[in-house]
Order: sequence, then structure tokens, then C-alpha cells
Amino acid sequence: MRKVLMGNHALSYGAMLSRVQVVAAYPITPQTQVVELLSEMCAEKILDAQFIKVESEHSAMAACLGASLAGARTFTATSAQGLALMHELLHWASGGRLPVVLGNINRAMAPGWSIWTDQNDSLSQRDTGWMQFYCGSNQEVLDSVIQAFKVAEKLHIPAMIILDAFSLSHTYEIVDVPDQEKVDKFLPPFQPKFRLTPDEPHAFGGLTSPEHYFELRYKLQKDMEKAPALIEETGQEFEELFGRKLGLVDPYKCDDAEIILVTSGTTGYTARVAVDHFREKGLKVGNLRIRVLRPFPFEKVQSILSHAKKVAVIDRNISYGHHGIFYQEVKSALYGNSSVPVFGYITGLGGRDITLNTFQKIIEETQRNETPPERISWIGVKK
Amino acid sequence: MVEIRFHGRGGQGTVVASKILADAINKEGKFVQAYPEFGVERRGAPVYAFIRIDETPIFDKSRIYSPDHIVVLDPTLIEAIDVTEGLKEKGWIIVNTDKKPEELAFPTKYRVATIDATHIALKHQLGTRATPIVNTAIVGAVVKVLDLARLESVIQAVKEGVPLKPEENAAAAKEAYESVVFHS
Repeated sequence: MRKVLMGNHALSYGAMLSRVQVVAAYPITPQTQVVELLSEMCAEKILDAQFIKVESEHSAMAACLGASLAGARTFTATSAQGLALMHELLHWASGGRLPVVLGNINRAMAPGWSIWTDQNDSLSQRDTGWMQFYCGSNQEVLDSVIQAFKVAEKLHIPAMIILDAFSLSHTYEIVDVPDQEKVDKFLPPFQPKFRLTPDEPHAFGGLTSPEHYFELRYKLQKDMEKAPALIEETGQEFEELFGRKLGLVDPYKCDDAEIILVTSGTTGYTARVAVDHFREKGLKVGNLRIRVLRPFPFEKVQSILSHAKKVAVIDRNISYGHHGIFYQEVKSALYGNSSVPVFGYITGLGGRDITLNTFQKIIEETQRNETPPERISWIGVKK
Repeated sequence: MVEIRFHGRGGQGTVVASKILADAINKEGKFVQAYPEFGVERRGAPVYAFIRIDETPIFDKSRIYSPDHIVVLDPTLIEAIDVTEGLKEKGWIIVNTDKKPEELAFPTKYRVATIDATHIALKHQLGTRATPIVNTAIVGAVVKVLDLARLESVIQAVKEGVPLKPEENAAAAKEAYESVVFHS
């Protein structure tokens, strides 16, 4: 059914249709509506789940770990400072192999105090062992929650569904809300191999000597390496049932492109409009939107970008002292595979709008130069 | 693509107006995107809401700077801020006022429509004299002037989209749809 939904409610509907059994969350702007709606759904018994109110995001994730260990399908949502406060327990979720799904609204980290979007909050959690899905539309938000539970529960790896503050969280778009019956067919109930139950006692999180710890990490990486193929396969299965395709990446007019933009989140959708605009002027531009950052889609990125003459990576984030994070990731994937010059642009931090004009500057600068004129090109900053 | 900017004051239901309009557009099978001002809203202060409408899916996620049309829920805003900022030539300015279009001093490159949404709201017992709830009447007027949807779609969207008084709100939308003053 076609409904007009804000991104935050697309997350709530995704969790509801996935029949989550426990939601533990603490409200934070711009995430609040996600858990507001879920708590209403629980109160009205539309959703048969326990809603646990907690006193912080750290506690929220702690409650999710307990619930997931007990075998419940578990969901939470947060943003920025809240995600940072969860940091310690994000490692507990992945290390404990608990397939929690978390919605994170990309909001810039304070100070300066900001409620507007950039990606530094979720990218600061890049190495916690969670899968990361960056969404471009509210439809994708809803679909990604359902798909993420399926992949997470098969691999016993938690997943983050990430959407831009306001540009998605508070923006209404048309979303096809699938029938529960069909979702049930796609996503069977969570059946963990082990669960905490008094009937069958297990210990969890005990002291792990150098004798064993290394192997736990090796296994987490090995399972993470299985994720790209599983995400693609799950996307195809989803497409067969629901008619919408989602994979590791979303290439747009890349086949014959001379300049390929690399984008993520809503930037990756506005980029399409810029691509069409420049194509009309005769310039062969394409856009590769990276949907999944962890696991990193090495093969897709290598095969698509190595055809290009130039690559322009657009980051709404920065690793201070290095560069944009998507830029680093793309360059490392291409190293040894392709000698295509990679231009790195940083723009839109703290919610500064990314418009067609932003893309125009990026495309023109990339077109004008054989190689990047400087290590980082800042677009729209007041220097 | 049609882009519209709504001007209201915090507490008037400006964002709800854009959401109800989006629901009506959805019922027409068209594509739509609606969003509030990105930030904090305060009761009584000027607020904004934006909407994009197209026949095909909308990929542009940037904000609207040059709207095709604007809608003003509170006429005192015309004195307080530049409501026409970025407005395209020949764009419609749809204003909640008891005046006629020719009585408002807008540049002639714009087209003006007026609707006494406050009077309609009070007549249907929507809000109080101090804070009339004009948003559903405004939606009715906007849809008529810009020919965005059928009246049935608007009435259905209003009934589904308001928290209280669905019949009264639908009647207000219908009355505004039928009585908005404009010369096309």
C-alpha cells in the first residue's frame, strides 16, 4: 500500500513488519519519532513487542543485548551523541554475535551543537563489527530493515540502517508498505543457535584467554566476508517478492561514464539529477552510490570504477588528519587494481545543503584537472 | 515538477497542511516529497514547509530555494518577512486573508489568490478566534488554484490526516476549494 511516510516512520514500519519482539530505546532529536511510533504500536498491540524505556543509549543497547541473547528479534534507534554513548556496547553486540538491528539518523557530532546531518557519527563506529547500510530514500529505509534482519540473523552480525537527518528522517515520501503476509514469507522468525534460558544454561562474555580470543575475531571477519554475497542474494530474493532491487551498491549510468561520482545517503539520489543534467550537456557522468560500507563491496567498486577516466568521491564526513572516509575506502579498494585518478571532495558537514550547484562545482573541477589539484577539495566552505 | 513553499506560524499546522496535501497527491498516483524547515520550531514564530510534486519519482533531496508557488497561512507574515524570496515569475501567491487579490500589493510578475481560511475555520469550529486552525481550508484552496488533485482526494486525505474533527475539516477544505478567489 502506497503511504506518505517520513523516514523515521519508515524505520518504525520496517521494524513492525519484521515483527521485532523487543525495542529498547532512548529518544534523541532527530530520531524521536522512530521510537514514538513504535511505542504507540506496542501500546495499541499492533506490534506484539516489549518496549523497554531506559535512562540512556548505553542502557538501550545493554537491554538489546540481553533481549537478543534470550532469542528475541531486537531493534533500537538513535543518533549522533546517542550512538557515541552506545559505543562500548556496539562491540559487545558484534563480539557477542547478536543480530540486533539499529536505525541511526546521521546527525553531526557536537560541539558545535548540531541537530543537522553528516556522517561522522556512524563512521566513528565503522570498526565495531556492525554492517552499515546507508539509505537514499524512505522506501529503502523500510526495505533495508527487513533485509538487514535476514542477513544479520544468518550471519549473527548486527546491522545499522543509516539515514540522513531531516533530508530523510523528517521528509515525507511515498513508500510502498508491503503486506505483513508477504514479509513473513521473506523473513522467518529468529531462531538463534544458542539462547540464554534457564532450561539450557550457557555462559556469555566470559574471560577469553589469548588461547581463544584471536579465533573469535578471525571468525567474525570470515563471516563478515560472507556478507557481500548474502546481501546481494537477499536483495534478489526481496526483488522477486516485492519488485524492488537493493544491492551493495546502486550504480546509475556508470557503464559508459568517463567521470564517476561516488556518493552515499541522500547525496547519492540528488547526484542522479546532476548526472542527467550533465549528460544532457554531453558530458558522460555516472554515479555510484555506495549502500553498504561494511562489509566493503570491494568487487563491485573495483569493477565499476576501473572503467572510468576519473573518479570523484563526495564525503559528508572527515577523518581529521587524513581525508573523507569514503575517499579512503575507495582509494584502498582501487589500489593495485586501477590507476584511475581519484578526486576527493568534502562537503555538506553539519547539514549544509548539498545541491545541484554543489555537484556542478565538483563535476567541473574534476573535468578541468588531470589529477586532483589538492589533497582535499572543500566545496562550499567559507575559508 | 512543481515546488511549493508554505509560510505559517508555529502551531498553525503548516507542516500538517503539507502532509495532507502530500497524501492527496499520493491518492492521484503522482509522486511527492514534503518536508518541514530543518530545525527547531517555536509557537508563533515564522515556520516553513516545502513540497515537490512530479509525475515521476523525485530524486532531488536538496532543499527548495526557488519555489514555483507560495502559500501564506498568516497574512501578518507578509509584513514580517519576504515571503516572495526566490519565487519564480508568474508564480501563485495563495494567501489566507479577507481581502481580494487586487487589494494586496504584490509585484505584478506574480499571480495572487486569496481565501478567507480564518473565517471558514471558525465557521466549522476549527480552533479558536485567537488560534484558528486554517490548514485544511488552505489545502482545499491550494489544490483548486494549482489544479493538483481532485476534490475527493483532498477530502479523503483531510479525513485521514487530521487528529480531530474529520468531518468539519473536510467541510472546511471543500468550502475553500469552492470559494477561493483567483483569476487564471
